[in-house]
Amino acid sequence: MKGILDKQQVADLFIDQHSVMVGGFMANGAPELLIDILLDSKLRDLHLISTDTAMPDKGSGRLITAKRIKRLTASHIGLNPNTGKQMFAEELDVELVPQGSLAERIRCGGAGLGGVLTPTGLGTLAAENKRVIEVEGQQFLLELPLRADIALIKASKADERGNLFYAKTTRNFNPLMATAATLVIAQVDEIVAKGQLEAESIATPGIFVDYLYCPAHQNQKE
Amino acid sequence: MDKRHWIAQRVAKELKNGDVVNLGIGLPSLVGNYVASNVELIIQSENGLLGLDGMANEDQADPDLVNAGGQAITAVEGACYFDSAMSFTIIRGGHVDVSILGALEVDQDANLANWLVPGKLAPGMGGAMDLVVGARTVIIAMEHTNKGKPKLLKRCSLPLTATGQVNLVVTEFGVFKPNTRGFEVLELAPNVSLEMAQAASQATLYVSA
Repeated sequence: MKGILDKQQVADLFIDQHSVMVGGFMANGAPELLIDILLDSKLRDLHLISTDTAMPDKGSGRLITAKRIKRLTASHIGLNPNTGKQMFAEELDVELVPQGSLAERIRCGGAGLGGVLTPTGLGTLAAENKRVIEVEGQQFLLELPLRADIALIKASKADERGNLFYAKTTRNFNPLMATAATLVIAQVDEIVAKGQLEAESIATPGIFVDYLYCPAHQNQKE
Repeated sequence: MDKRHWIAQRVAKELKNGDVVNLGIGLPSLVGNYVASNVELIIQSENGLLGLDGMANEDQADPDLVNAGGQAITAVEGACYFDSAMSFTIIRGGHVDVSILGALEVDQDANLANWLVPGKLAPGMGGAMDLVVGARTVIIAMEHTNKGKPKLLKRCSLPLTATGQVNLVVTEFGVFKPNTRGFEVLELAPNVSLEMAQAASQATLYVSA
């Protein structure tokens, strides 16, 4: 972890990137404050990777509503009517991926793997343009790794080394995305001193996190 | 009892003590209300939880605890949380005993369509394709027809969710098992005749001799 940033410092990092992963599941565990900063930036025509597009006014759904996304990779878009509207109007290029395959593709991107073989999607539209590979008599789809220029994630607590703890169901895609992007920024509710997180409860080691953003921590310091 | 609740209570009878169960949104989510008191399930929620309890009321709602539809829920004592890769290791790896989902169409070859109506409705498959492929038993809980249009078909017309994975279909007319020559009728609902169920189906229904 390189440092704890204020709002302007985060904004200064958004320069010319083309792809962004956004954590959260139906906006639960979504980095809403980092999304605010991204919306204020000049980044446009982004490729968004997010498990869903939440609702129009929540989580990664807000990037769709603001028409900042040109290409989307997601598993579910049903609760954000704007995504469907933009897709049918051909303003948005949507790749729908089974949720488990999406998780594994991101994991591959962060884990140095060339892809993953899954039975999910065989015989369906999800198999279109994908290689089918037979292993010991059983067929699998080859799903390729996903990476992004930026990952915006959310955790409940960080320590000063950037180690992250996620409360309850807010974990979802956040730890996977933390491994699979060039620039990883984590919005956290609280930053504690080294040693104050139970070491075994850390779901994302701090080496994956470039920067922390924590307005509560800033206020405390001022 | 309205038909949706009849379907939910009938599906609940298929569940055994200790089963790891994933309930889809909509009608399947009602099944939890009808589980017998001597049956304790471990309910999996694909957003990262084993041990879902029920919907949270206003006092219980915790912003860090939701189901796969993003609604506030409660968890049982002894619940555990994990990331999405672990969630789908559980689902795809055969560690879910029963997956209960809704459907737009089911056919006699046990194919399922429930995620896309081309040009009209494209919610995405979410976790459904993984659940249907990975769960040991797949039960479809659905109304028998869509505004009078049959949903038990010889061959699905909509894009498939998976091929050959459906084990059982429960509708307000009864319990049906896909079986290449048609759907075997395992049980009819009270006051439903085979003729009534057949009239509302495109595939052939039959009672095993």
